[in-house]
Amino acid sequence: MEEEKGDFEPKIVGFTCNWCTYAGADLAGTSRKKYPPNIRLIRLMCSGRIDPMFVLKALLNGADGVFIGGCHPGECHYIKGNFYARRRIAALRTILKQFGLDNRVRSEWISASEGDKFARTMKEMAEEIKQLGPNPMRDKIL
Amino acid sequence: MEEEKKEPKKKIKIALYWAATCGGCDVATLDIEEKILDVINIADIVLWPVAMDFKYEDVEKMEPKSIDVCLFNGAVRNSEHEEIAKMLREKSKVMIAFGSCACFGGIPGLGNVANREQIFKVAYKDTPSTVNPEFVTPQTEMMTNGGEKLTLPEFWNTVKTLDQTVDVDYYVPGCPPTVDRINDAVGILAKFAETGELPPKGAVVAFDKNLCDECERKRDEEKKIKRIYRPHELKEIDPEKCLLDQGILCMGLATRGGCGARCVNANMPCRGCYGPSPEIKDHGAAVLSAIASILGVEDEAEMIDIGTPEEVEELLNQVKDPLGTFYRFTLPSSMLKRVIIKPEKGGET
Ligand code: SF4
Ligand code: SF4
Ligand code: SF4
Ligand code: FES
Repeated sequence: MEEEKGDFEPKIVGFTCNWCTYAGADLAGTSRKKYPPNIRLIRLMCSGRIDPMFVLKALLNGADGVFIGGCHPGECHYIKGNFYARRRIAALRTILKQFGLDNRVRSEWISASEGDKFARTMKEMAEEIKQLGPNPMRDKIL
Repeated sequence: MEEEKKEPKKKIKIALYWAATCGGCDVATLDIEEKILDVINIADIVLWPVAMDFKYEDVEKMEPKSIDVCLFNGAVRNSEHEEIAKMLREKSKVMIAFGSCACFGGIPGLGNVANREQIFKVAYKDTPSTVNPEFVTPQTEMMTNGGEKLTLPEFWNTVKTLDQTVDVDYYVPGCPPTVDRINDAVGILAKFAETGELPPKGAVVAFDKNLCDECERKRDEEKKIKRIYRPHELKEIDPEKCLLDQGILCMGLATRGGCGARCVNANMPCRGCYGPSPEIKDHGAAVLSAIASILGVEDEAEMIDIGTPEEVEELLNQVKDPLGTFYRFTLPSSMLKRVIIKPEKGGET
């Protein structure tokens, strides 16, 4: 596993809300910002739809990292969705720590106009996960 | 135990087995008191290590499917458990996972936060009552001075549920299952003995709703809790009010009903021994998600970025051992199944 570190291509699953982060990703694309192709985006209507189970399932199925993106606090299209998301992620983190997986999950608020931030975040995350190496969960499913 | 009575038309053969268990499930079986005679009436017990003297060889000699029902309690922790589980599966028509350990891994399943090496180190070295300077640990084989080979089962890194080991027909959850539910299970056996009829495969001998439906405490519709308390931290616990509304972490909201709400009725929170409610795949994640939604972070209503994730984490840090709390009975059956242990600290699985 060691030798894979650094030069493997991580798979990152991203859950992003329709109104902000997904639109932000679109903007990054249309304005030709460069970022690594490791992310696979899944569009949710709102980050409030995120269920800790989605994150666990992604990790279990071999995702090396999970990204969750939503509108900035106070700007959620459905008013409070991202507050719920934020709490669930924070709560999930407490157990992910014990599972030894918390540094593989990252959340970020990215608005529709922040294509730059989206590209930057993706770059950083791909780098971080590369350093961590492949998800150890990947090939040890019972 | 031998009871001379006029035989009913046909007796069924049952086996009771314990694997990684505390013995509580066997005791619970005896708790059904005079009903145990009903069992004896309809069934011949062919194996029951805790109460009767039978040998594995006796079972081994039996024809496949010659035992009607096997009630298996305990998780699968070592090679002996697996071997016997497979043997009993082969010999039994019906395999029942009895108790939370067999169904979900239960308390022994919490061993999945560590691996064999770490467990041996604590059990055979670090415990204050242990003097073992050479750090002698159980070996699977050894030769005695007389040249005789002795063997022990192999202890595994990962605890498994019964249905991760063999095909399981029915589940009787609970740590231990309550007398009422054991009686339901006996009823199923009696019907089977009489008519040969069985419930659909995979049936769970409990309720299909969650524990909150069974619980009579009054609850707030708009739940919000500001702090999580452990029961002993509160001077008084209101016996009428939902425990969660009082800040006590109660797992009832994602736990399968059927126990008669025995803990909440004793003013203690549910710890989830009946396992996840139907349709929930990961007990811990479900409880966690529900709890996170009702944690009131101040000023969040004002839509400003005050309730930071750190604050939520701090709130949840009041839970001393989140993994052990949210997955107390279900770690091996959860999605992640075990904690990952870095190779340098010892292998995995
Ligand atoms: S389910 Fe509970 S009572 Fe039964 S063996 Fe396991 S720990 Fe003991
Ligand atoms: S959370 Fe616990 S105390 Fe509250 S209603 Fe549900 S079972 Fe009862
Ligand atoms: S209240 Fe919860 S922990 Fe207590 S017996 Fe019922 S399911 Fe088990
Ligand atoms: S719509 Fe973007 S977080 Fe709710």
